[in-house]
Amino acid sequence: MTQQVPLVDYLVLGDRPHLVAHECVQCGARYFDRRNACARCFSADFRNVEVPGEGEVTAFTIVAFAAPGVRVPFVPAVVDCKGTAVRANLINVPADPEHVRLGMPVRLATYVVGTDDSGTEAIGFGFEPVGV
Amino acid sequence: MSDDVWILGISMTKFGKHPDLDIVDLAARAARAALDDAGVGMDDIGVLAAGNLMGGGRLGQHLQKQIGQTGIPVYNVTNACATGATALRTAVMAIKAGECDIGMAVGAEKLSGAGLLGAGGGAKSDATVFEPTGRFGAVTTLDGRVGTETMPGVFAQIGMEYAHRYGDATFELFARISEKNHAHSTLNPLAAYTKRMSLESIMNDVMIAYPNTRPMCSANCDGGAAAVVVSGERLRRMDPEQRRRAVKISASILTSDPWTDGCQVLPDINTLTRNAAEQAYRAAGVTPSDLDLVELHDCFATAELVHYDNLMLCAPGEAVSFFESGATWRDGRTPVNVSGGLQSKGHPIAATGIANIWEVCHHLRGEAADRQIEGATVGLAHVIGLGSACGVHILERAA
Repeated sequence: MTQQVPLVDYLVLGDRPHLVAHECVQCGARYFDRRNACARCFSADFRNVEVPGEGEVTAFTIVAFAAPGVRVPFVPAVVDCKGTAVRANLINVPADPEHVRLGMPVRLATYVVGTDDSGTEAIGFGFEPVGV
Repeated sequence: MSDDVWILGISMTKFGKHPDLDIVDLAARAARAALDDAGVGMDDIGVLAAGNLMGGGRLGQHLQKQIGQTGIPVYNVTNACATGATALRTAVMAIKAGECDIGMAVGAEKLSGAGLLGAGGGAKSDATVFEPTGRFGAVTTLDGRVGTETMPGVFAQIGMEYAHRYGDATFELFARISEKNHAHSTLNPLAAYTKRMSLESIMNDVMIAYPNTRPMCSANCDGGAAAVVVSGERLRRMDPEQRRRAVKISASILTSDPWTDGCQVLPDINTLTRNAAEQAYRAAGVTPSDLDLVELHDCFATAELVHYDNLMLCAPGEAVSFFESGATWRDGRTPVNVSGGLQSKGHPIAATGIANIWEVCHHLRGEAADRQIEGATVGLAHVIGLGSACGVHILERAA
């Protein structure tokens, strides 16, 4: 079986792919990147928590013009996953304002980003419309 | 209570393409013109703050070698798109601290042909072996895979977030904001673009990041701007003509992001702007309804809309109806970006935060010719650098 790695360390692969956040033990603020201390309350204690895989689109754009090597169009968005804001692309939806809507319900989905020289696959994530 | 600080002289170069001028030339032109405008020389200047973002650094010392080396302290400043405002505030702080009584702030940038900002220079190429690196443990590039790092896409989402929260903000509405600024700049000979654009041509131009088409994005260009600032105590001993043309800095505020939920995911340009505006109105003792003109940071059409609300020019959530009332056109209740703004006047980054103050001063002094806002006595200039830094200055005509 092909070996797989997640695109980012906060994506957990397996039977039920999901995102994890570093949650501040003291105030509950959530971060996806490694933090030295909480930007809100300055505590340095974090625990990992699972982020719900379903949410609502609260902002999006459709990028038609990007850096060389970045495939366009794509649909960057902010998804409110039941209280946790997540940055991701919307996937499995046509990249036009007729199909992408503010407030649209979406769910986490994964896809193969690419394969490296050793044959390892990188698995990325995005959010797709519920009902696809 | 410290004395007020005043703008004694101020200038900007024409914004646009200056293939024969380097960054130091642009800074030197702006600085020498500001000194002339102020009626002082380099030997009067006690502090120099020099802003530049995309150049090689140490602009201040390079500038001194072209216009006068006097051994004064130099602060080289970078603070994203708030660089110019930060340089100005640095000179203001030196005067408030009593270190000197006249200072100069300069900002200059060369951006013609710079392309897409935030794209990080060269082509994105995938890793040949997937190894987690960085604070996200990413195995390859994330731009385009986990959202976008480019400015048009980031600011597009900020406008769409406002649309989601309050409704009614459509592609056409954002394009009409751009139509206004491109109309305003037809009266500004120093603007990079001075041609009026129809709503239709704006909407049908190249889409960069929905809903921002190309003319709805700030114009990359070259330019410089400079200001000479003076303490009130020193100004009182100057000539009547210098005193008459001096413009009072009633508030000089700089803020950064306080923690807000979600600002870790999409930059929150709202909270720090609102905080800066609140502090500025309090410091100046004015209210938004007192403002005769506003130059705000319309780096994209989507950004201008949210800043109507952030600067409290309208009631919370009412930015769309505020714009639709015509209030922000030059003949409206609160004219916004009568210079043409970043979309049409242009956005040579480090110059922007001084050039917007030049525009306001120009009106307060009654020297804005064809585009003069008649009887202007109070104005506000706002910039935001993503990451974030927000500068707000409130300026008042000499009594």
